[in-house]
Amino acid sequence: MDFTFSEDQLLFQESVKDFLVKEVTPERIRAGWETDNGRDSSLWQQLAELGLTGLTVPEAHGGLGMNELDFVLLAQECGYVALPEPLVHTAMVAVPMLGQIGGELADHWLPKIAAGEAKVIVGLEQNLLVEDAHVADLLLLQRGASIVAATPEQVELRHNESVDPSRKLYAVELSDSAAAVAEGEQAQALVTGAMDRGALGCAAQALGLAQRMVDISVQYTSERQQFGQAIGAFQAVKHHMANVAVSLEYARAPVHRAAYSVAAGEPIASHAVSHAKLVACDAANLAAKNCIQVHGAMGYTWEVDLHIFMKKAWALANTWGDAGYHKTRIGEHIFAEGAVLGAGATFQGM
Amino acid sequence: MDLTYTDKQNAFREEVRSWLAANVPAEALQTFDTAEGFAAHREWEAKLNEGRWGMVTWPEELGGRACDLIEWLIFEEEYYKARAPLRVNQNGIFLLGPTLMEYGTEEQKARILPKMANGEEVWAQGWSEPNAGSDMAAIRSTARLEGDKYIINGQKTWSTRAVWADWCFGMFRTDPDSQRHRGLTFILVPLNTPGITVRPIPQLDGLPGFAEIFFDNVEVGVENRLGDEGAGWSVAMATAGFERGLMLRSPARFQETARRLVELYRENQATADSDPAVRDAVMRAYLDAESYCLTTYQTACRLNKGGKIGAESSTNKIFWSELDQNMHATAMSILGARAELLPHAPDAQGVGNWLDGWLFAQSGPIYAGTNEVQRNIIAERMLGMPRK
Repeated sequence: MDFTFSEDQLLFQESVKDFLVKEVTPERIRAGWETDNGRDSSLWQQLAELGLTGLTVPEAHGGLGMNELDFVLLAQECGYVALPEPLVHTAMVAVPMLGQIGGELADHWLPKIAAGEAKVIVGLEQNLLVEDAHVADLLLLQRGASIVAATPEQVELRHNESVDPSRKLYAVELSDSAAAVAEGEQAQALVTGAMDRGALGCAAQALGLAQRMVDISVQYTSERQQFGQAIGAFQAVKHHMANVAVSLEYARAPVHRAAYSVAAGEPIASHAVSHAKLVACDAANLAAKNCIQVHGAMGYTWEVDLHIFMKKAWALANTWGDAGYHKTRIGEHIFAEGAVLGAGATFQGM
Repeated sequence: MDLTYTDKQNAFREEVRSWLAANVPAEALQTFDTAEGFAAHREWEAKLNEGRWGMVTWPEELGGRACDLIEWLIFEEEYYKARAPLRVNQNGIFLLGPTLMEYGTEEQKARILPKMANGEEVWAQGWSEPNAGSDMAAIRSTARLEGDKYIINGQKTWSTRAVWADWCFGMFRTDPDSQRHRGLTFILVPLNTPGITVRPIPQLDGLPGFAEIFFDNVEVGVENRLGDEGAGWSVAMATAGFERGLMLRSPARFQETARRLVELYRENQATADSDPAVRDAVMRAYLDAESYCLTTYQTACRLNKGGKIGAESSTNKIFWSELDQNMHATAMSILGARAELLPHAPDAQGVGNWLDGWLFAQSGPIYAGTNEVQRNIIAERMLGMPRK
């Protein structure tokens, strides 16, 4: 039993965090809002050079051959800066799905992803719309009982604007010519795996978003003076922030456990992911609620950076399975006849 | 990261499980807030000690098994699953014991620990005073050194299990001119010393679970001082530290309550679902208990590898105490009109011991530093928010 990350994993997290905080500033995010496609190809190149786009790509295909557990801490940091680029999607969802499909498709696309030359985006029916379909060089789309691979020429996109200006969402209309790359049970397994990884990615980002909102708010309330003192010295303000800290403190281990479960292919993986998504998004939603409150009217403005993180947190809570979806999965597990629950079951009851 | 148990850990679990299966009393003991129940629990402590299961984290030479925190968690999981009796001497073995090992003299360890281990001497706490509750540094009870004795005067309160306990430990002001956390000394006091009056305080369930202790020129030998004179505050902080908090509130207890709550819901689903919030609350209870377990394992693994824990430990107290309240509140909702009935009431079918648990859960956010104080600590020491 060792529920800790390795020195290497923690050092990698530190260096990626340093890079992201330096490069993906609120100013750069706001600048992206003013561009047509909202994506920054020079940033994507930088991420590729750091090995991040190919982190989960097998070494044989030019990647680093790491897994979801290696990536989860980095996904937290992507959340911390509200990274607009689809890095978490690439590493957590697209690359594993391509790997599972295998064959020529994987041989062709995985090296390009690792090199930062191509983006592959997955669209599932559970999600109303497809994130970042406009920058995809290949789309893997769930259509009924199949997964089809479509090039940009084979689809028509209808842009849907999100409350989070960084999120680019599209309805994808498919022309008949796109080929199915998986069907039946295989396709179903791909969908389940993608849902779990997508939800895990959201959960990890939610942790980072919550932490960022806390950091911003602690700084703001330490500086803002009213009634002759910093408002952060008032207990009512402190307790708002302490409540977020408690919620966040108890959401991390479930996310790390879910990453371990997915990487290890444990039978409990889907259940662990739903647990992680629910508690991490709850923590981020509570952070959003309490952090805007302690900012007062400033929190309600476009100018203060808080909303960059708040809006992303709101969006992530209801994508890759909303609370109802994940609670249903939890309920199926714990209310099942013969479910093994309680003391001692956490690591061995499944 | 490897979230599987080693062969050694699995074997340890098996050993705990089989000993408990053979030794846990078939019928639950009476509550230790009664004289008979207290005696029965004292006997259980002796039995645990004979099997070397009383203090598994203690060193082997003191009758323990030198378990690390993961083995401790495994032990607790089996202990709660087996529905073994609550630990009447928990103040001693989990709080004072480890503090004695750190700060005590060899003479003190030899004199005190074996009798603590076998339940011969049960310990009560003497922290709070009428005007020193959450604000513990406001302690006013005094201990005046005269020769080789301290002369103690004053009053302690909310002293859990003091009614039948043999000793109490607490802080007393040895420097009459001192302020706040300075000038306090940690002293161990036999409760049968002349000049001591213990007055039981009935708790919410009507039973004398805690008491006031009055000290009227009570003479205690200087050999019962723990740590240096005036160093009481730092000794007390060590006693209240995280690992000891964990000892008292290991996740197994809450996971078992959550499991029983799921069972209760399933047994009563037809009526429980008339309030749609109940199902959600049951799921939430289960998830929170699991989160508590996962987080504790993660922390324990970090500490096992030499990591340190800081102010984030204050989140622990808030999380489990509110979880405990929520779980019992949900059980009360499921039981509906039966919820208020005492277990022996003639029409109280299927109420189990939820009402007792509900009453006890009210104390969680209050004792050991109210949750409001914990929130201040989190905000100031963990998040770095301004004190003024």
